[in-house]
Amino acid sequence: MSDVNTAMVQKYRNDFLKEVEENVEEGHWVKMCMQCGVCSGSCPFGPDWDHPPQEIFMMIRAGKRDEVLTTESMWMCTSCYNCIVRCPRELPITHIMHGLANYAHRLGIAPKMNPTRRFAKIFWNNIAKTGRVNELALSLKLYFMDGFMSGVKNALAMASVGIGMLKTKRLNPFALISHKGVKNPKELHVLLKKAREIEDRRKGIAS
Amino acid sequence: MTDVVATNETILVVGGGISGLTAALEAAECGKQVLLVEKNPSVGGRIAQLYKYFPKLCRPSCGQEINLRRLKANKKIRLLTMAEVTNVAGTAGDYDVSITIHPRYVNENCTACGACADAVTAEIDDPFNYNMTKTKAAYLPYNMAYPQRYVIDPSIVGSEDANKAKAACKYEAIDLDMQEQTIEIKVGAVIWATGWRPYDAAKIQPYGYDRFPNVITSVEFERMMDPFGPTGGKLLRPSDAKPAKNIAFIQCAGSRDRNHLTHCSRICCMASLKQSTYIGEQYGDDADAKATIYYIDIRAIDRFEDFYKKVQADEKVHFIKSKVANITQNRDTGDVVLHGVDTEGYQRYDNTHDLCVLAIGMEPSVRADQINDSVSADASGFIQPNGANAAIFGAGCATNALDVNRAVQSATAAALRAIQVVNRVSSAEA
Ligand SMILES: Cc1cc2nc3c(=O)[nH]c(=O)nc-3n(C[C@H](O)[C@H](O)[C@H](O)COP(=O)(O)OP(=O)(O)OC[C@H]3O[C@@H](n4cnc5c(N)ncnc54)[C@H](O)[C@@H]3O)c2cc1C
Ligand code: SF4
Ligand code: SF4
Ligand code: SF4
Ligand code: SF4
Repeated sequence: MSDVNTAMVQKYRNDFLKEVEENVEEGHWVKMCMQCGVCSGSCPFGPDWDHPPQEIFMMIRAGKRDEVLTTESMWMCTSCYNCIVRCPRELPITHIMHGLANYAHRLGIAPKMNPTRRFAKIFWNNIAKTGRVNELALSLKLYFMDGFMSGVKNALAMASVGIGMLKTKRLNPFALISHKGVKNPKELHVLLKKAREIEDRRKGIAS
Repeated sequence: MTDVVATNETILVVGGGISGLTAALEAAECGKQVLLVEKNPSVGGRIAQLYKYFPKLCRPSCGQEINLRRLKANKKIRLLTMAEVTNVAGTAGDYDVSITIHPRYVNENCTACGACADAVTAEIDDPFNYNMTKTKAAYLPYNMAYPQRYVIDPSIVGSEDANKAKAACKYEAIDLDMQEQTIEIKVGAVIWATGWRPYDAAKIQPYGYDRFPNVITSVEFERMMDPFGPTGGKLLRPSDAKPAKNIAFIQCAGSRDRNHLTHCSRICCMASLKQSTYIGEQYGDDADAKATIYYIDIRAIDRFEDFYKKVQADEKVHFIKSKVANITQNRDTGDVVLHGVDTEGYQRYDNTHDLCVLAIGMEPSVRADQINDSVSADASGFIQPNGANAAIFGAGCATNALDVNRAVQSATAAALRAIQVVNRVSSAEA
């Protein structure tokens, strides 16, 4: 268990709802859920979730901290917004799903091998480096994240898409050597670091 | 011209539903002068469109008959139908009111013989059946309508049809030259009892009321049970007129929802419980006949709990704790498929039904802030008690979504308040 996680457990003891309200993006909405079930019934992933959104909200109120923070569920959300438009209480469900995933990740207890989490990390490192996404590097990294053999397979399976993108100039074939980032990436790095500090201070996470 | 005598000692009652009728009768039976203004061609309001009342499952026509008898016997009440109050200004004990009276084209000679209806060919949507059927353009709103007087629809006035109606009338009751008129009067106090209307179901997009014929509202379902209603008292589904046996009820359709009405409409849980008993009444112990009620929570308040218990014990009625996410239609059969998650166990379901009834929410038919600037409205537009309302008193469903029992209580309370105001006026003038 990470230090941040231990610190949070000590800080909030059994009040997981309060922990969520204070640390998770849009977390203060959780208590407004009236358990009607529309979000879960509307989610295209419905049958595949371990815990659909409404169940997650109930689990938060029931103090099921470990189950919630270590589940793969909120990582499944595709931001289709079906739930938000139908929720009779106007909960920003999608944002809460991402907020929970992000919080679990920051605590270091999110499921390590979850593909969404891994992709998000690859994406972030990619874009944060130069300020612009290097699509070629991103795709390669993604295809090969499970090793060389599966990478070759993935790349072959996606070949026609890749060629299409090349033809329509949506992909720079020389991006590995000539990717253009923002003018001054150093300044961007300072900026991002500062933003992270502010956010951590607000959330009481020591970085 | 309609001549109306009214003074600062007159009580104006707006809306002739069960609440307005009650308020008018209570005040008049205490000796007060009452002017009762009703927008429709007849009094009675929405209860006239109900098949049975919860929780006793008796017929609304019974109470209505008593009220009509009281009304006919009372010389203190002046009734204006097809009339709307367009302006109210002034202070307690001294209001100036404008009333617009629309032409009925039929005068008090009418014997309700029906010859005019036989003579015309044009048909119009029948609002009494929520437009599920048509009626002749010369019509009696419904069998028990009071006044028992036909109406010529303005759409045929000036046409050959109207002339045919006039020619058919043996009592010189049809006057096609009637004009709209506006009268200005004084009254001392106002009882506002304009009631409710069903929320527009087509706005609840995922339920497809506007796309699927077999998705209907609770008010339409109520009409189907009436032996004189659109289906002759049979539960026939609109797509193919086959008997609907496996029927779903969706609670909070348009209520308790920030995308629609934020308030709980309070009576729709009881209405669906009541309507679930219609299925047993219609089909006896036919094993295929059943009701499934999809709910967030059942709000059968106080003494209604017993009725809820009784329905729960009925094998024909099933409960699923879930707000339905959306409805689709089976194109081949016309059946409706309800999708959602049963929150007791988090099971996904895709349930097929013959017919789906939306327990539709109730909203005020006139928003309180449209009456005049001083009348206080709650977030949903119902009249909220407030000193600033002065002598404009809300009654019945104009103040909240209420059942008949509570509507009548609130009407009696409003009558008492209005009586106190006009009593003060008379003692000041004495
Ligand atoms: C599906 C359903 C089932 C129900 N079943 C039951 C039941 O079994 N038992 C029960 O107790 N309750 C039941 N109710 C509730 C019941 O319908 C109401 O309590 C009742 O109608 C209230 O009467 P009201 O006079 O306040 O309003 P209304 O019945 O709406 O009457 C208002 C009157 O005012 C008139 N009006 C409107 N606007 C104007 C205007 N601008 N100027 C002049 N007049 C105007 C209208 O034409 C109408 O005549 C049910 C409701 C629903 C939706
Ligand atoms: S739709 Fe909204 S109120 Fe209903 S269960 Fe989901 S979050 Fe809660
Ligand atoms: S936004 Fe996410 S949680 Fe909401 S319905 Fe779509 S996938 Fe499901
Ligand atoms: S208007 Fe004349 S014809 Fe029509 S119902 Fe009345 S009396 Fe009969
Ligand atoms: S009475 Fe029942 S169905 Fe109607 S809004 Fe309230 S909870 Fe929903």
